[in-house]
Amino acid sequence: METSPLAFIRRGQPVTLGNVPPGRTLLEVLREDLGATGTKEGCGEGDCGACTVVIGELEGDCIRYRAINSCIRLAHSVQGMAVWAVEDIAGADGTLHPAQEAMVRCHGSQCGFCTPGFVMSLFGIYQKYIAPTLVTTCTSLPPEGAFAPRGSPAALSASPPAITREVAQEELSGNLCRCTGYRPIFDAAQQMETLPAVKVDEKALVRQLRALACVRAEPVEALASTSTSSARTGFSARTAYLLPKSLQQLLALRASHPQAQIVAGCTDVGLWGTKLHMTFDSVLDVTQVRELKRVEHYDRHIAIGAAATLTDAFDALVQERPQLKTFAQRFAGLPVRNSGTLGGNVANGSPIGDSMPLLIALGANVVLMSARGHRELPLEQFYSGYRKTVLAPDEVVAWIKVPRPQAGEFLRAYKISKRFDDDISAVCLVVNMRLEGDVVASIGIGAGGVAATPIRAAATESLLLGKPWTQAAAQEAAVVLRAEFRPISDMRASAGYRTEVLGNLMRRFWLESQGVENINLELAVIPGLTRHDNIGAGA
Amino acid sequence: MTARDKEFDAATGGGPGGAADAGERNLAPATLSPHAPALGGPPAGVSRAHESARAQVSGAATYVDDIPEVKGTLHAAPILSTVAHGKLLGVDAKAALTMPGVRGVVLGADIPGDRLLATFVHDEPVFATDSVQHIGQVIGLVVADTVMQARRAARKVQVKIDPLPPVLTPRAAHAARSYVLPPVIVRRGEPESALENSPHTLTGQLEVGGQEHFYLEGQVAYALPLEQNQWWIHSSTQHPGEVQHWVAHALGLENNAITVQCRRMGGGFGGKETQAGHLAVWAALAAKKFGRPVKMRLDRDDDFMITGKRHPFAYDYSVGFDDSGRITALKLAMLANCGFSADLSGPVADRAVFHTDNAYYLSDVEIASYRCKTNTQSHTAFRGFGGPQGVIVIEAILGDIARTLGLDPLAVRMRNLYGIEERNTTHYQMKVEDNILEPLITQLAQTSDYATRRAAVAQWNAASPVIKRGIAITPVKFGISFTATFFNQAGALVHVYTDGSVQVNHGGTEMGQGLNTKVAQIVANELGVPFERVRSTAADTSKVPNASATAASSGTDLNGRAAQYAARNVRDNLAAFVSGLDGCGAGAVRFQNGSVISPKSTRSFDEVVKAAYANRIQLWSDGFYRTPKIHYDKVTLTGRPFFYFAYGAACSEVAIDTLTGESRVLKVDILHDVGTSINPAIDIGQIEGGFVQGMGWLTTEQLVWNDKGHLSTHAPSTYKIPATGDIPAHFKIALWPEANREDNVFGSKAVGEPPFMLAISVWEALRDAVASARPPGQPVALDAPATAENVLRALR
Repeated sequence: METSPLAFIRRGQPVTLGNVPPGRTLLEVLREDLGATGTKEGCGEGDCGACTVVIGELEGDCIRYRAINSCIRLAHSVQGMAVWAVEDIAGADGTLHPAQEAMVRCHGSQCGFCTPGFVMSLFGIYQKYIAPTLVTTCTSLPPEGAFAPRGSPAALSASPPAITREVAQEELSGNLCRCTGYRPIFDAAQQMETLPAVKVDEKALVRQLRALACVRAEPVEALASTSTSSARTGFSARTAYLLPKSLQQLLALRASHPQAQIVAGCTDVGLWGTKLHMTFDSVLDVTQVRELKRVEHYDRHIAIGAAATLTDAFDALVQERPQLKTFAQRFAGLPVRNSGTLGGNVANGSPIGDSMPLLIALGANVVLMSARGHRELPLEQFYSGYRKTVLAPDEVVAWIKVPRPQAGEFLRAYKISKRFDDDISAVCLVVNMRLEGDVVASIGIGAGGVAATPIRAAATESLLLGKPWTQAAAQEAAVVLRAEFRPISDMRASAGYRTEVLGNLMRRFWLESQGVENINLELAVIPGLTRHDNIGAGA
Repeated sequence: MTARDKEFDAATGGGPGGAADAGERNLAPATLSPHAPALGGPPAGVSRAHESARAQVSGAATYVDDIPEVKGTLHAAPILSTVAHGKLLGVDAKAALTMPGVRGVVLGADIPGDRLLATFVHDEPVFATDSVQHIGQVIGLVVADTVMQARRAARKVQVKIDPLPPVLTPRAAHAARSYVLPPVIVRRGEPESALENSPHTLTGQLEVGGQEHFYLEGQVAYALPLEQNQWWIHSSTQHPGEVQHWVAHALGLENNAITVQCRRMGGGFGGKETQAGHLAVWAALAAKKFGRPVKMRLDRDDDFMITGKRHPFAYDYSVGFDDSGRITALKLAMLANCGFSADLSGPVADRAVFHTDNAYYLSDVEIASYRCKTNTQSHTAFRGFGGPQGVIVIEAILGDIARTLGLDPLAVRMRNLYGIEERNTTHYQMKVEDNILEPLITQLAQTSDYATRRAAVAQWNAASPVIKRGIAITPVKFGISFTATFFNQAGALVHVYTDGSVQVNHGGTEMGQGLNTKVAQIVANELGVPFERVRSTAADTSKVPNASATAASSGTDLNGRAAQYAARNVRDNLAAFVSGLDGCGAGAVRFQNGSVISPKSTRSFDEVVKAAYANRIQLWSDGFYRTPKIHYDKVTLTGRPFFYFAYGAACSEVAIDTLTGESRVLKVDILHDVGTSINPAIDIGQIEGGFVQGMGWLTTEQLVWNDKGHLSTHAPSTYKIPATGDIPAHFKIALWPEANREDNVFGSKAVGEPPFMLAISVWEALRDAVASARPPGQPVALDAPATAENVLRALR
């Protein structure tokens, strides 16, 4: 099968490539087809960040910048976007970009192999935190403060934030360095704003991106007027990479191409190619479906489109429930959250995906759509076995509906992993309880890492529901919770540990519900030590 | 070509099609160097940026996989054993051979030379042929047009293996007397009777896990056949000379037919000391069979499955001590898990024995070291090279002695330190002559406010039901030199060109540690020219032959000194030339700030060079260095294996969660001894990076082999090195302000490995926190790494 030409903007110029196979990664295109070997492969699975590049996408009149892992991102998914690799940000005269210059000055590179990835994550930080403070080149100026980065600590404050060590640490959480110990890289992140400013020519870029969008939009325009399958979907029957722009188009393509591998951010499916060596004859990419990229707010729930990135989805969830901030930051690394989608995490159905225990505890529903119509079901009913779901061949996950917080709701999300950031849970437990008086009026408990699917702790819930919330009840709940699942032993933890910790986390939930402080390492306040005090080297 | 390089060519009139002829070009003034503009000040002793930093941040620094491929290049992928131990009955590649792009397979029968690798012990097959010895052992290669075609096809090769029972743990191997090398026992005094007479005794066991190097650049080699059966090998290696030797041996050629080059590695950490040789041999064998250039780059998962790690260790000990906590007797058995072959396990296990004292005097001691053969990857060099596995056990013992006696662990450590006039000879009969332990630790205890914080931690713990804190100071004394004395030699070439620019080449390799930067600083210092005039080039076996591995922290000590001598030879030639011109003694001619100054005149360095060339003065030289004073008997493990010791100490504070066993490192203060620093930024970078890597070894980095011997943590998704969020909020490094007491280059000390062991303070702080949640007076049984699960177990 053939693919449409792949077109994107790089170094201010359109790049058009023909015959790029559907499963080819962006990294392969950069390194092998374009000879841009600055971008490195460290792991081929989106866990080290050496391959980080920045993509720019039109959002309204502005450019949205995202650092992503090019090693597992399918090349065709950047159709119509701008792409910056490490070779692309220095000036034409060789003047280094502040993201680069700061790394040199702060001794942020040793072996240098992770460096291009860090530089690009820093470039992403620069575009997110510093560029908006410069005289903007955006064609329509948004209201003041609207540029405050989503989900950042300063999102609610009016003035654009300086890059704190905490911001640097969070934004670089998906980049591994084995040489430096990170301190000089944090320094570099903070020093960027002291260097002469560098702006992307956004006016020109917006024009170019619009021009690209027009080229690819042509077949789509034809879809309403004819009834033949190819015209209806806007794609030739032989097109191997299907990139629908609308929900209607997506559903039609799903119906006509049930064999196509459906992908969103490709942060898991990408590994099927790089690690399992699968090849895809045809791919159906949902990430440019405009309806599904949205997060919509209703009175009783928010509806997160299946193509919304994890970054955007968690921003929406954290906005409603600020106590989830750390949990959200601990979900993979930033480049994965920037590429991956909540819909993908849900549809993938891994028993150790972290979003599902949360969504189950919150009582979320999933909306499945096909050309035949739609259906809605509680998330836990979506799973039928290990990595199996009830999705029909012509269906797609379209929306995840999350109930809005209720007054009196007490929500805690616990994640146990070997490493604090960017790790997969050994155990994940989310408890959402609402008391009326001292009686449990509602309770949702979602668990991950303890069964073949993400699962609701139904026995523990029914034990507690309608009962007074007392220490004895919490102790009993811990016992029931431990008995409710039969986890396995694997490289992340033993079955015994998982079981023991489940009960211990219920104990923590009890203590936290009683207002006991400093019982959680995530939140503990150690006297004389703020979270990012004083990193530095004095020689 | 980057814009900068184009400018360089324009400025020098060079490059293909350039206007100037070669003669003019060589005499043209240099206008651009790869470095940032001159900052002024001396070239050495200051924090110069890494010589490749600007290229690295621009994506212009070339690693092996970035080298433009020669037309016709093929790619190889490994065929791996799926069984830990068994008879290899056959290899069926039919399915693979029909796949698109596949050119064929390479197996043991295709090896023209020796079918065993040219390792020290000569016990490791190039490809498994009759038997397989671990899951991931390479049986052969599939060669194809693209790397993904080769990898897909390699998975389709069927290997028939008749399984045999595997040996998977060092304790099982020890029980079965399964060793890669014979045991070594070092003994002093009468430990048995001393134990009997000790007021207190403790016995214990400890398990310390291995560690994956996780160099960001995976193993890679690119072999190119040249005319007349010569070979060019690009290898990401810490030891180009060894790669040359191995490739020659496997191809049945003399060393002079092979040239190995390495401009830089994307990290090494010991993992590319021997292990890089395998890749080069495999690529060369494939290139030989198909008569084409072949590149072999391992997928990260394959890299984990094939290559060796830091040796996991198990220990059994009995220790005697007095009421003050001073050790009176020690009997220790160390079981090193060496994997299926010897590789570097002998010297690694030796160094573990040497460093079991760490900073402490052991009067009556017996250390029995067993080099256990197991059916896993063949474990290899890793930063510290056995030192960490020696240091951690004595620190564990001292921590438990303090807990048993109810004493402050720091006080117990101080009481056991080596003395200055007495108690100053190691268990391997080396006198410790440069001991700065006591003042160094005392200073750190003061600057880190240890005593006050220890009290604050105790107060917190008394009131905190779930979160417990712990604090610890541990020192390090690390012996510098290769224990194999003959490796302690190095060569270098310094070329001064007619334009006054300088090129330096030496036997060391650049893996990020800043060796090339430091060597260039030393050369610039010696010639009195700005740092910017000196360019470092790729390690290349055709330039400096027979170079030792860049390992044992010795890169700068050896190669820096050799380069200094080479530069000194050139300087002496120039000084003699100027003394002739000015009628003064050569010793009166000084070189500084790009000038050559005699009592009569001041000339620019460039001017002197040009005139010297015209007068047929040699403007380039070699330099050679051999470390003085060292000698060592490898049978008895006695002598002076080390030229000097590097010292340091760290104070770490941690918090643990007693419900889950999770932990966080809160605060770290380090005082470390690098002698007179050639480049403080680079040295601090080594200290911080080494510490964080050590912290990873002892906290999050857990290698898990399942009951079949399959390494189930074989990618960063399951094997967790420290990430940005693991760095302590307070992380301060200070340098000890004293030159090396031995005559080492620039008064400096080696820095690559010693700081790694400072992270043992984190592990001791974790044990301190665990102890606070348990009844007093008891040892803490915490295996390393201190994962949440291991901490929770220790709390029980």
